[in-house]
Amino acid sequence: MATADNSKRIKGQTGEWEVVIGMEVHAQVTSEAKLFSGASTAFGGAPNSHVSLVDAAMPGMLPVINRRCVEQAVRTGLGLRAQINLKSVFDRKNYFYPDLPQGYQISQFKSPVVGEGKVVVDMPDGESIEVGIERLHLEQDAGKSVHDRHPTMSGVDLNRSGVALMEIVSKPDIRSSEEAKAYVSKLRSILRYLGTCDGNMEEGSLRADVNVSVRKPGDALGTRCEIKNVNSIRFIGQAVEYEARRQIEILEEGGKIVQETRLFDANKGETRSMRSKEEAHDYRYFPDPDLLPLEFDQNFVDSIAASLPELPDEKKLRLMKEGGLSAYDAGILVNERETADYFEEVAKGRDAKVAANFVINELFGRLNKEGKAISSSPVSSSQTGAILDLIAEGTISGKIAKDLFEVVWTEGGDPRAIVEKRGMKQVTDPGAIEKVIDDIIAKNPAKVEEAKAKPKALGWFVGETMKATGGKASPQVVNELLKKKLEL
Amino acid sequence: MMTLLTSLTLAEARDGLRAKKFSARELADAHLASMEKARGLNAYVLETPARALEMAKASDARIASGKAGPLEGIPLGIKDLFCTENIRTTACSKILGNFIPPYESTVTSQLWRDGAVLLGKLNNDEFAMGSSNETSHFGPVISPWRRKGSNAPLVPGGSSGGSASAVAAELCLGATGTDTGGSIRQPAAFTGIVGMKPTYGRCSRWGIVAFASSLDQAGPFARTVRDTAILMRSMAGHDPKDSTSADIAVPDYEKAIGKSVKGMKIGIPREYRIEGMPDEIDKPWEAGREWLKAAGAGIVDISLPHTKYALPAYYIVAPAEASSNLARYDGVRYGLREQGRDIIDMYEKTRASGFGHEVTRRVLIGTYVLSAGYYDAYYLRAQKVRTLIKKDFEDAFNQGVDAILTPATPSAAFAIGEKSSGDPTEMYLNDIFTVTVNMAGLPGIAVPAGLDHNGLPLGLQLIGKPFGEEELFSLGSVIEQAAGRFQPRDKWWAV
Repeated sequence: MATADNSKRIKGQTGEWEVVIGMEVHAQVTSEAKLFSGASTAFGGAPNSHVSLVDAAMPGMLPVINRRCVEQAVRTGLGLRAQINLKSVFDRKNYFYPDLPQGYQISQFKSPVVGEGKVVVDMPDGESIEVGIERLHLEQDAGKSVHDRHPTMSGVDLNRSGVALMEIVSKPDIRSSEEAKAYVSKLRSILRYLGTCDGNMEEGSLRADVNVSVRKPGDALGTRCEIKNVNSIRFIGQAVEYEARRQIEILEEGGKIVQETRLFDANKGETRSMRSKEEAHDYRYFPDPDLLPLEFDQNFVDSIAASLPELPDEKKLRLMKEGGLSAYDAGILVNERETADYFEEVAKGRDAKVAANFVINELFGRLNKEGKAISSSPVSSSQTGAILDLIAEGTISGKIAKDLFEVVWTEGGDPRAIVEKRGMKQVTDPGAIEKVIDDIIAKNPAKVEEAKAKPKALGWFVGETMKATGGKASPQVVNELLKKKLEL
Repeated sequence: MMTLLTSLTLAEARDGLRAKKFSARELADAHLASMEKARGLNAYVLETPARALEMAKASDARIASGKAGPLEGIPLGIKDLFCTENIRTTACSKILGNFIPPYESTVTSQLWRDGAVLLGKLNNDEFAMGSSNETSHFGPVISPWRRKGSNAPLVPGGSSGGSASAVAAELCLGATGTDTGGSIRQPAAFTGIVGMKPTYGRCSRWGIVAFASSLDQAGPFARTVRDTAILMRSMAGHDPKDSTSADIAVPDYEKAIGKSVKGMKIGIPREYRIEGMPDEIDKPWEAGREWLKAAGAGIVDISLPHTKYALPAYYIVAPAEASSNLARYDGVRYGLREQGRDIIDMYEKTRASGFGHEVTRRVLIGTYVLSAGYYDAYYLRAQKVRTLIKKDFEDAFNQGVDAILTPATPSAAFAIGEKSSGDPTEMYLNDIFTVTVNMAGLPGIAVPAGLDHNGLPLGLQLIGKPFGEEELFSLGSVIEQAAGRFQPRDKWWAV
């Protein structure tokens, strides 16, 4: 379990408090068909267009496990470095709700398919924390109630009913809202690398139940509250912050925390009570008699393990080791699989550090500005690579590279051809530059004096020279010539 | 001619059709006419004459072109628990209302594949919960049997009471049933016909309205052991849509009829000799032993020590599963909906109005035994008992026993109203000899063995090893040969 350093603690009236957080993340399994039926899992279909007889719980219908979903759960378990259980059991969780056609959710209660594992989470300050995974189990998603189609009635859309979810339960190892956000980001990154969940929080593919309690450092665990269904990483942070302070306030005023389920109101940025422990459902779990225990052999697990991709932790280490990148840069690059792939294509056969700088500063900066994902970047990895080649061979300067990048971004095309066509090549011929410099020196005797007294004023001459050459003069050559001419 | 056709055995009808002695159309007509006259028995809850004639016509065409299936032109009744495509299926519950499934159960689709003709849907206890067919929303089924010197209507047993009554009264050549605790074997015994509950997993459960998933199993009813075997072959088979279905080849069960039972070892469980059991029940049991011995089988006493716990454990496991299986009848998607102030009110009104007393009782029991704090004491313990019962049978089979012979029921059929008004456990006792078989997932067959002092039929039960249906058909036909067949006197229901 991670130990909380003092910086994570929250200061209250009566001293410092430690926040203890555990999470249940619901991740939609990437699969064509639902967990127990052949219906499509596609998002955004017309209401009730992806519903089989099983999903609608018609009389006499029976569930049949989708092998693909089991593979995905095992793959995820391996990615979380977790125990894979060769035998697990599906149970029925019984409760009534209009969007739950069977009147029970098929889930795994006592025997989950994946047991204990761990996730290493890198914090922005360079610290790494380890969050234990308690278990991962497979379960069905419910449908959706629709309240805006009729003045007095509600509708039910069963498209999601029966879609496979992985519930990933962490140990209470998280100690701050920052850690909570970083944990979910990391988990999301691992799932996306594995291809087992698309991590799309807007579409509800990933959502978290956040368990929060507070205690005085060294005390036993406090009473927790569960904040249900938080669907963005930012909201997870806000919910934890709000909830921790709410609990501290109650305790400091001599009150007691009531164990309950709470909702996060994103508009108000606060949590509020949904139901108390007393109102909690009695789910009457029991093994689903329609399904045999889920059993597979070690060969099945081994064949999945053999097909695992390189995961972010390993990739980061490799980039640091092979390319000499800093931990910070490597961390940024491996966060998303697509980003890492892009970077690796750019860096192939080129200077990794230069490539990292350009990708992080130019490309990411521009993508962020436009709110674009790397997958829809107008500048391809080969175009970026070509720009880096032009810099490396001295055809363009770093400054011109920025202009060139902008041209490629907005107009597309082959960077080398653009440089040729627009005359963007830098001028490296000392004779041509010398003439320009001589002219500037002759016209500005006062500045020459200044520069001789204060060598920092050289910058002014560099600027004037660049201006006069339309930015095409090689900065290196300009500097050398100026130093010589001004006898610095 | 018409009457004669309905009195044929299924095998005779099959052979007659192939020999073109009569047509499938004539056979269907004869049955539809009998059904119309026998409506007082209330065996059918839905007659499907148009469908029957259409199917018979198709059968005649296939027979003419030499493409007859194993059940070509054979008219059958189907328990209303089986979903039938575009034909109302209600499980005889008000809560399903006029539910018309857009799909066909695997078992019935296999019957149609093999050429059988649908006559209609048969009455049963609501959701198959009952032992007398008195809990049906469509009212009780009356047995074609009467006590000597009495016209008091008797129950045909349950839950497949409509199936048993229809087969015994010659309103079909065979019928489907389902058996969760004895729902095929007990009514077969009460009406003097043959009924088999196959090994769990032998027949697909897909498309059958679920009562208790780990116990439910479909099976056939017919008037002879051979006919039952013929139906069994079409009903059985692996179905990838049912995860609990067994991927084991289906044998030609009819070949087991008349096969020697010489050298087979038959176990007689001492625990089935219950206290206060009337001589009348013991007598056919004794006779059964002698018949099998005479056929060359060895008789051995065995012990199934956990038998006495079977009934209480069954009445925990079955309601527990039922309480969850019946949660889907909530008024939201299909069937009955009673309007309410809000969703909870709608649920409560719909379920209170849609479920009968016995179903409500079992949903309540099931909900209770699965509740937090009671689960370990009831459900978990019942599952442990179930494991012990299973082991009792395994031990017996491991000692070389091939099949087990017991009475099918603790009494002959009783009168309508006789046991349904008082203590429900009195009704539950009807299943005392049959529930163990469901708890262990084994095959069981009920075969008529004699009449009691009132002239009512009594049956024997043979219990087999897992997938030992063939042995049961062989042994059952020995008993049938020795005991003869039994028919209700005159056809009082057909006038």
